[in-house]
Amino acid sequence: MKNPEEIFELLKNEFGDTILGLDKDTPTESIILVDSMNINKIGAFLRNNNDLKFDSLMVLSGVDDTNGTKVKDEDGTDMISGGTLSVYYHLHSTNLKHKITLKVSTPRENPQVESTYNVWRTSDWHEREAYDMFGIIFLNHPDLRRILMPYDWEAGYPLRKDYKNPEFYKGMKVPY
Amino acid sequence: MALKTETMVLNMGPQHPSTHGVLRLELEIEGELILSVKPHIGYLHRCFEKHAEAMTYPQVIPYTDRLDYLAAMGNNFGYVIAVEKLLGIQIPERVEYIRIIMAELQRIASHLVAIATNGADIGALTPFLYLFRDREYILSLFEMTCGARMLYNYMWIGGLSHDIHPDFVRKTKEFIIHFRPTIIELNNLLTFNKIFIERTANIGILPIDTAINFGASGPVLRGSGLPFDVRREDPYSIYNRFDFEIPTGKGLVGTVGDCWDRYYVRVLEMEQSLRIIEQAIDNIPEGDVHSAIPKRIKPPKGTVYARVENPRGELGYFIISDGNLNPFRVKVRAPSFVNLEVMGELCKGHLVADVIAILGSLDIVLGEIDR
Amino acid sequence: MYQFLYDLIGNEILAGLLVAVVPLTIILVFALFGIWLERKVSAHMQDRLGPMRTGWHGWLQTVADLMKMLQKEDIIATDADKTLYNIAPVLVFSGSFAAYAVIPFSSKLLGSEVEIGIFYVLAISSLVVAGILMAGWSANNKYSLLGAMRAVAQIISYEIPTALIVLSMVMLMGTLSLDKISQMQTSSFWNWNIFGGAVFGLSKFLLIPFMFIAALILFISTLAEVNRVPFDIPEAESELVAGYFTEYCGMKWGMFMLAEYGNMFAVSAIIVILFFGGYQSPIGYFGNSIGVQWLVPFEQGFWFIAKGLTLVFVQMWLRWTLPRLRVDQLMTVCWKYLIPYAFLNLIIIGIISLL
Repeated sequence: MKNPEEIFELLKNEFGDTILGLDKDTPTESIILVDSMNINKIGAFLRNNNDLKFDSLMVLSGVDDTNGTKVKDEDGTDMISGGTLSVYYHLHSTNLKHKITLKVSTPRENPQVESTYNVWRTSDWHEREAYDMFGIIFLNHPDLRRILMPYDWEAGYPLRKDYKNPEFYKGMKVPY
Repeated sequence: MALKTETMVLNMGPQHPSTHGVLRLELEIEGELILSVKPHIGYLHRCFEKHAEAMTYPQVIPYTDRLDYLAAMGNNFGYVIAVEKLLGIQIPERVEYIRIIMAELQRIASHLVAIATNGADIGALTPFLYLFRDREYILSLFEMTCGARMLYNYMWIGGLSHDIHPDFVRKTKEFIIHFRPTIIELNNLLTFNKIFIERTANIGILPIDTAINFGASGPVLRGSGLPFDVRREDPYSIYNRFDFEIPTGKGLVGTVGDCWDRYYVRVLEMEQSLRIIEQAIDNIPEGDVHSAIPKRIKPPKGTVYARVENPRGELGYFIISDGNLNPFRVKVRAPSFVNLEVMGELCKGHLVADVIAILGSLDIVLGEIDR
Repeated sequence: MYQFLYDLIGNEILAGLLVAVVPLTIILVFALFGIWLERKVSAHMQDRLGPMRTGWHGWLQTVADLMKMLQKEDIIATDADKTLYNIAPVLVFSGSFAAYAVIPFSSKLLGSEVEIGIFYVLAISSLVVAGILMAGWSANNKYSLLGAMRAVAQIISYEIPTALIVLSMVMLMGTLSLDKISQMQTSSFWNWNIFGGAVFGLSKFLLIPFMFIAALILFISTLAEVNRVPFDIPEAESELVAGYFTEYCGMKWGMFMLAEYGNMFAVSAIIVILFFGGYQSPIGYFGNSIGVQWLVPFEQGFWFIAKGLTLVFVQMWLRWTLPRLRVDQLMTVCWKYLIPYAFLNLIIIGIISLL
């Protein structure tokens, strides 16, 4: 059983600069910030290390940070430009009973995160969901399709804060 | 002469009697043999997470009812615990006790449906109705308490919507007395029925490491033999005060982690839930269930991930607050969503009829898968 | 019956048609009654009441359902093979209907006194298989096709133990005529074939256990032949929606239902004739004891239908108690257990009957 500081130190020693920091601002959980292109390696380390054994990914959630600048579209609607999208990984060890949260951020214009599909199979559908809802591309994911929305949904990614409903979907009126 | 053969793709669902809602399974079959299973979900997508961003914190609670509509109390419970954690408020003892009794009653009600539908999928229709009859008792208890039978909106942030009815304690005790023998009846009628065992033992075996790697939880994980229960691992509310066992799959009639184990874990869990209710029902302290409800719910900035043991497994709410009246992001870790993922692994090499048995033993609710 | 009508009318075709009306009436009335009974039996087994609104305890419910079915639009899928699709229900129904031609309801009420009655029943009920395959194939639906494949495999497989048991009974009785088999088990239930038949001495007592086994095997395999739980795999509703008649609606669907209930009673009747004395009363006839001879055939009819319905009730009882087997387990039951035991039984009965 380790607390977040110890885990952070362990990771810092192993991966150096790819571990970006430890966010202790929230009272309920500490978040380790990680580089988005190394999350697979770090995940594999977290799972395989005998002191950590994070064998279970509880939840993977995409978040629209909305930290960009608000701009007006040509037809007058609010759009967000710049800023980041984030992915939170809540890990848990069924063996050692400790928990940790990882967070990766990726630029909104070209959101790319490495897939952790081969570390935790839980990520399979969760990554598809994050792709579906936020448009985050998970590199090396074997089957990155939409999951909850229709496969041919073309109006964008619904959980982004600047998402706008389309007028029609296949000739059906969307706002009812 | 060699015959040319091809595999057939069979779309099971979205309209099918035993996909438990609007799930579509794309089966690739050769005769009756399954080559691959691909679940397609999203037919019941209701944008819960998008809705939640536009609601104030208390307004989200009715929406959580509709996630796992067979265990609405558990959904409320998870959500209010997450928000209370974010707010950092203390809950009166009475509220905690009532919440636990409700959650355990709900667990029994939900397992009854799971067991009943699992049996019905395999062709045993009579136990289905017997179990639904018993579920009615629990629903009446809920109706007596909050007026609703399915979608309760009962647990509020910091309290409850109503105090319990004066008759509630007596009726619950009556229910326990009535229910214990029906578990024995169920075991005689279905659990140890030779045909039922033939159909479920050694079918859909989920090895323990695969189960963990896929993130399975609840009876699916425990059926594989790991005594993992959020109530014990990560005690929330006042679960650490109660004495209960965590049943696991032991491979009594087949291999550990088969359909029968997952089924039997649910039967044993109902017994344990009864034990918890028995311990709690006599000790409900006096108090006001509304006293701790905040006038204005505006949590500080921050994130929280709270999880509870729902009947189907680990239900988690990941909430990000930006200090406003409505949550910035609500992400639900729906147990069925994660449990359904193993479907493709479990079905390989089985027959079409086994798909139904396996799906029934996973006990999914499409309401929370599609959200 | 035919002879009587022929003498009365003097026209072969008209007499034949009139004779055919009797089993048709019986099958229709039985289907109506059987469906109602099934509903009530299932309801009472499941702690509910079942249909209660139409008539006394809902006895008009199936009539109302029939009215609804007759008025329904007849939908045929575009891609279905229309000819086969339309013939299939007729073929299935006529297969089960034709079996009634030789079933003796009483000593006076039997359609045709053919000498090879039991052989005819086995042969004509195989017609159902062709109908089922047609229905499954022509509907162009994958569930139908799977259901039809299962049904055909199942019915053909289970005909073997059925035939073996029938063979052993024929060997023992020395006749293929259902009427003669019934007549031989007369006077009291002790003379029924299940109790070794109307013979005396050691061989009767030796036969009894093997007769019980034979009756059981025949019951199980006929249960599978008419696709009842636990062998209702072809129409397993939770797997294949409705199996080979998934795509049918209205009265065509109704004909499959009629055929199913007709078959239920037909196989019960065969078991009753072979093992339970056919139309013979277990306790002697009231008509004989008070000297009113014309009462006897009516009593026989009563006993036959009562015995048949008892077996139908057992079929329903099983249906609402047991889960369903899987298709490979079904085949295992047939090929690995029923056929060897039936064969062994045949040999043993043969040896005993030689004693």
